[in-house]
Amino acid sequence: MTTTNPITTDELPVDERLELLRTMWQIRFFEDECHRLFAQGLVRGSTHLGQGQEAVSVGVCSALEPGDTMTCTYRGHAATLAKGAPLDEAFGEILGKARGLCGGKGGSMHLTDVRVGALGSFAIIGGHLPISVGAAFAARYRETSEVSVCFFGDGTTNIGAFHEALNLASIWSLPVLFVCENNLYGEYSPLASTTPVEVLADRADSYAMAKARVDGNDVLAVRTATLEATRRARAGEGPTLIEALTYRQKGHSRSDPGKYRPEGELEAWIERDPNTLLEAALAGAGVDAERLAGLKRDAERDVLAALERAQSWPDPDPASLMEGVYA
Amino acid sequence: MSTVTYRDAIVRGMADALAADDDVFFLGEDVGAAGGAFKLSEGLLEQFGPRRVLDTPISEQAIIGTAIGAATQGLRPLAEIMFADFAGVCFDQIANELAKYRYMTGGQISVPVTIRMANGAGTGFAAQHSQPAENWFLNVPGLKIAVPATPADAYGLLRAAIADPDPVLVFEHKGLFNVKGELADAPAPVELGRAEVVRAGEHVTVVATQQMRHRAVQAADLLQAEDVALEVIDPRCLVPFDVETVLGSLERTNRLVVVQEGGLPGSWGASLVASVLQTHFEMLDAPPRLVGSPETPVPYAGALEAAWLPSVEDIAQAARETIAY
Repeated sequence: MTTTNPITTDELPVDERLELLRTMWQIRFFEDECHRLFAQGLVRGSTHLGQGQEAVSVGVCSALEPGDTMTCTYRGHAATLAKGAPLDEAFGEILGKARGLCGGKGGSMHLTDVRVGALGSFAIIGGHLPISVGAAFAARYRETSEVSVCFFGDGTTNIGAFHEALNLASIWSLPVLFVCENNLYGEYSPLASTTPVEVLADRADSYAMAKARVDGNDVLAVRTATLEATRRARAGEGPTLIEALTYRQKGHSRSDPGKYRPEGELEAWIERDPNTLLEAALAGAGVDAERLAGLKRDAERDVLAALERAQSWPDPDPASLMEGVYA
Repeated sequence: MSTVTYRDAIVRGMADALAADDDVFFLGEDVGAAGGAFKLSEGLLEQFGPRRVLDTPISEQAIIGTAIGAATQGLRPLAEIMFADFAGVCFDQIANELAKYRYMTGGQISVPVTIRMANGAGTGFAAQHSQPAENWFLNVPGLKIAVPATPADAYGLLRAAIADPDPVLVFEHKGLFNVKGELADAPAPVELGRAEVVRAGEHVTVVATQQMRHRAVQAADLLQAEDVALEVIDPRCLVPFDVETVLGSLERTNRLVVVQEGGLPGSWGASLVASVLQTHFEMLDAPPRLVGSPETPVPYAGALEAAWLPSVEDIAQAARETIAY
């Protein structure tokens, strides 16, 4: 178990840490724009934002190799972008555009980009865990060194598919990483009201599975834990359950103002915002303030330019309605 | 050509599919070392080894999810759900994940998963092991559904399902495992969505699947003595459904009887009747008849289960009524 505070120093060169920060800022601005687009009525249904959880997605995905696969939840913008999906096509999908990642068929909750190994965002709690087990099975079947990763929330550890997936992955010793983003709330319910164990990583013990518990707001700690888990997976030593402690700074979905939070909780977590923590660590490592500010400005500019492109794209042709039900 | 049982044909279909393509693997509960709860996979573990024939925990969600995930990577998983009723345990995986995956990703993902399930009533397994479950999946776009009634179809539809780029549910009827029929020495796949005219006749078109197909043929034998000739059609697949063959027959008979195991609401039989009425009302000389089971769970006692299943006489009587109309 690793818990770290303040942010871990890592052997990763400064330039690579700056790239992590760039991705984290892009995701932050992307989510902020989604929030704004939703308020303007440009996003249909609902959208589930992940501001404050960037370090988990970016830390995990930065430790993966090309060919590794990833599945995530309906709160999946960050993971899909961290795996490498382009900003403009991700916006396009959320806006329901023809050139969106899924041609406008999936929307915010189903961002998928097979080109980068992002196998999908799934909106049924737990439904994708067995699917990542299957992707890992395929890697083992074909004797490749690929691993598969699935992201899910704390609430998922109470649903049956979680337990079936962990059990099968362990009994078959498959190369899969189960990454639990413990943001303390399952939808609107605090974890303690739904879950009798406090340390979710301990659920790995039931399946004789390796586990790690990390500061999910420390991108380098997440990355380090992931590298160890992928090393084990690639060596045939089986799956790992990683619990990343983090916090969602917005509500569950757009309709949730988050009134169930105790006073001061949000503020305390914002003090430990993953992006500003990494920024401070880089400043401490000697990166000058102007470079850090420039990187943040560039990230915002990239996001706004991507959004502008996506907004210029046409809606799907209604004739495409029937395409893709069957091959 | 040889005479084999429906069970033999399934075993051979799986063995031939595994032999033909290394991307095919087979997983399920007790399918390997035990040879299957119904001895449908006897010898496969010995022949193909534990890499390709895998015993799983009793975890239907994990079985289907694993098949889906493996399919995303280009494999062709063949999964067994021991009893079709257990599809209820993994309904999410089938209806929300498997069926919708291609569409909601804009066609990025193919999931060529085949799921075999032991289906249907008549063998005394009671309510939770006898449900004809094929109708559960009728209004889940993205799935194909095969319902073989003969050894040749059990083999041929299974081979076609495994080769198909889309997910296919293959319902194998428990009451037919010992039924015998001809199987070619080098049997061909049976195209999905192609009905078979089982018996030609000029007076009434009877559409029936699985166990009811065999009863419809018996009803045709019975009515021969009354100079009534039934044309029996087995659609063999519910999705895609070969309505053209049914309409071709109705052009000559102008009378329709649909027979299915299971209740009428939300069923393939109800859909077929609705479709014919909407588009070819003028073709009918009598109201179509839909023969099915009462709206109860499948009962246990032999006398009750026999009463639950449509009988040969029920089918014959429905045909007589369309003629008498």
